[in-house]
Amino acid sequence: MSCCGTTPAFDEMDEVSRLVSGKLAAFLRTLRDNGFAVGLAEGQDAASLMASGYAAKPGLLRSAFKHLFSARKSDWEKFDGIFVAFWLGRRVRSRSLAAGSTKSTNNPSLKGLQDGAQAGGSQAATDQVPSSDDAPPSRGGEGRMEGASRAENLAEVDFRKLADPEQVAEAHDAAAQLAKIMRTRLTRRDLARRRGYRLDLRRTIHRNISHGGVPISLVKRRRKDKPLRLIVLLDASGSMSMYTSVFLRFIHGVLDEFREAEAFLFHTRLAHVSDAMKEKDAARALDRLSLLAQGAGGGTKIGESLQTFNRWHAARVIHSRSVVMIVSDGYETGDAALLGREMGRLAKRCRRIVWLNPMMAWEGYAPEARGIKAALPHVDLYAPANTLKSLSALEPYLARL
Amino acid sequence: MKDREEIATALAASGYIADGELATAVSLMQRLRRPLLLEGEAGVGKTEVAKALAGVHATELIRLQCYEGLDQSSSLYEWNYQRQLLAIEAHRGRADSIEDQIFSEKYLLERPLLAAIRRDNPPVLLIDEIDRADDEFEAFLLELLSDFQVSIPELGTIKAISIPHVVLTSNGTRELSDALRRRCLYHYVDYPDVEREARIIMAKIDGASASLSLQIARMVEGIRKEELRKVPGVAETLDWAAALVGLDVRDLHDEPETVHETLMCLLKTQEDKVRVTREVSQRILGKVA
Repeated sequence: MSCCGTTPAFDEMDEVSRLVSGKLAAFLRTLRDNGFAVGLAEGQDAASLMASGYAAKPGLLRSAFKHLFSARKSDWEKFDGIFVAFWLGRRVRSRSLAAGSTKSTNNPSLKGLQDGAQAGGSQAATDQVPSSDDAPPSRGGEGRMEGASRAENLAEVDFRKLADPEQVAEAHDAAAQLAKIMRTRLTRRDLARRRGYRLDLRRTIHRNISHGGVPISLVKRRRKDKPLRLIVLLDASGSMSMYTSVFLRFIHGVLDEFREAEAFLFHTRLAHVSDAMKEKDAARALDRLSLLAQGAGGGTKIGESLQTFNRWHAARVIHSRSVVMIVSDGYETGDAALLGREMGRLAKRCRRIVWLNPMMAWEGYAPEARGIKAALPHVDLYAPANTLKSLSALEPYLARL
Repeated sequence: MKDREEIATALAASGYIADGELATAVSLMQRLRRPLLLEGEAGVGKTEVAKALAGVHATELIRLQCYEGLDQSSSLYEWNYQRQLLAIEAHRGRADSIEDQIFSEKYLLERPLLAAIRRDNPPVLLIDEIDRADDEFEAFLLELLSDFQVSIPELGTIKAISIPHVVLTSNGTRELSDALRRRCLYHYVDYPDVEREARIIMAKIDGASASLSLQIARMVEGIRKEELRKVPGVAETLDWAAALVGLDVRDLHDEPETVHETLMCLLKTQEDKVRVTREVSQRILGKVA
């Protein structure tokens, strides 16, 4: 990316302004390192501002740059700190980069995740060469149960009983495939027509040119179809650790290149992971995730996490055709009453709540945990999701919405 | 080019009490010719900024309210079909061609975006709640905001006569695209501090004394610190101040009952109403000097 870091055509400037523009370029680099989307046009505007007298007053310059370089509230809030640190030389805690911190993680459940991911990645690489005795897998997403049928023997095995790394990798792949198929199916499905269309005059007149302009057949305006949006809230606590990796793969499959999906991870607090999960390469996505998921594998505060979700994210990510999918065993270590209350609030906002509980299929399991008891009244579909088969059984239900 | 203080004074004269940063944003808007994107909670006065700006420039305010499904025909231009049909009917049987006539400006209906670029005096174009419009509309808007020209297939390209001052507002119901954000100057409108809110009350409500305004502002600040579902905005504060002035309250401490009963101006959900009990409102009032 060759931006204004290379100082475009400032030859006519004198020595002082050359120094200033060099410093400005360094500042832009600092901003980019901190996640600001700063382009060439902004750099030129900034240079022209500095040249026109703003540079004389630091307070004014800070305020002007803040408006120019920020693009969202989070930028707006951290800008002052960065500005002061850079121009006035005071130290401020810098952002730790996602890539650097992954090595140092010694979190057991996430370690497992990454091993799984690496295995999955290498599997994907070798997958390009079709083995001789096997029919080459078609990737078009035509077959209905394609993902599951490729791994027929795996379809009914409980995820936690998968021990062999190869099997795990295969399950991950199947989950990703399944997600891909579900995604296209859900988005291309037509909705039933609703009444109350307005007349489209432009098209009506065009259609009736052959009648000499007398509008005989009318064209109505069509309502735009809204694709179903899937919002996944995944429990990454210790009790779920045997399942998290498969579900993460599944979520990665759903989110990949698909706009109408959002993913959140929660344990003792909630993390918005859509951006990290949109990374094309699954292994890298999980790499970025490990930073967001600090504290995973500990207790679960579902109620508090949902409260955060309702308060900060719900208005933005939920629209009229949204399904919220919660994947959790319902072992709440926080306040169960709070969970019930927040579930009620969530139910009011979205179209359906699907609660996937991998433990449901265990023999002798009854929803006794306080958390799940409080949440169940608000849940529209409560289903097990411990095998690939049960996961794919969800699709017809979602397609009807 | 106006200076920052001048702009702040001019904004105040047209009824908007700005903080220093907003004045900077407005002066940058003029200098760099970029649109201004305002984000913030509902009711903090985002739309008011545009109105005040129109006052400062002594120009027209053209407003485009966005909603889901907003399209070009209701935002940019539309042909006046009824009139075209009438003209065709009236013309029937004559030899000369009518086609050139019915696609002339006479039959063109101006919608806000087209109107904004066809004024002699640059107007303020307020694109309100851009987050409610669809992605496609956002992309289209981006194009218009960079070129300031519109092409109408039947008529040709219409270039801007003057570049309008563009203000966009967003409530954050949808994430806006990075491209749009990058094109704009960004300003986050926060709840005003006590002193500024008191000045706003004094400016907007006739008959609100300085001491009462300050008390109201302090009280509202206390209420905002409670765990509420819907935090009251400036608009609510003004409603409440108007109610208190209307009920002839001079000092909040004199009439705690009225204060509690009129809190309905600020608290807009059942849950918040239950939460702010008589005791809570007394406690907050107690902290108000």
